[in-house]
Amino acid sequence: MAKIYSKKNALAKEMKPKQEVVSFLLSYSKALHILKLDNKNFEFIAN
Amino acid sequence: MATIEISDALLVQNYIAGNENALATLIKRHESKIYGFIYSKISDRDISNDIFQDTFMKVIKTLKTNSYNEEGKFLPWVMRISHNLIIDHFRKNKKMPMFRETEEFSIFSIMSDDVMTVENKIIADQVETDLKKLIEELPNDQKEVLVMRMYQDMSFKEISETTGVSINTALGRMRYALMNLRKVIDKHQIILTN
Repeated sequence: MAKIYSKKNALAKEMKPKQEVVSFLLSYSKALHILKLDNKNFEFIAN
Repeated sequence: MATIEISDALLVQNYIAGNENALATLIKRHESKIYGFIYSKISDRDISNDIFQDTFMKVIKTLKTNSYNEEGKFLPWVMRISHNLIIDHFRKNKKMPMFRETEEFSIFSIMSDDVMTVENKIIADQVETDLKKLIEELPNDQKEVLVMRMYQDMSFKEISETTGVSINTALGRMRYALMNLRKVIDKHQIILTN
């Protein structure tokens, strides 16, 4: 079969972030608790 | 079976109400657009991943503090956050490496002007004219392929479709066109460099 020598479309491949980054964000979201007291935010990260 | 897609606004509401899965859906839905946008500006996968992460950390914090008030415009809002982080990244990295001139190292070796001098421009024009004359001497089928490839920037697939020959034939004609050009250039000792 004939080879296709045309240029590959650089945008054809879907760009995605690393799976670890997404996993980190989901864990971070679960662990983060924010408490609002007198216009101040207190952040708590659960272990 | 038709699937109903939950709107971004509803997912945001669900997330604020404590549904962590809503965030996973939002990230999955928009990760490609946001990451692609960041990568288009940064051109480095690792830094793009960092900025993507920072963007969503801001999103999470804002949503958890109930400061989000742009209902229905989730994606543009996230894009704006990532855009600001991209600008921050470039500001931070504005520092340029410093060079000092020494006996062995001339500062002008790394500083150059891309603009052609008048002389170089005349030579480039002359080379272009000579090359066009040489191309005119090629057999028609070879000339056609070469012009389409080099001057019209067409792919070999497009050339084969336009000329009605197979890709392999188009490639062969290009090869012969280049070989013939080289032969003529060698034979007449033509110099085609600037």
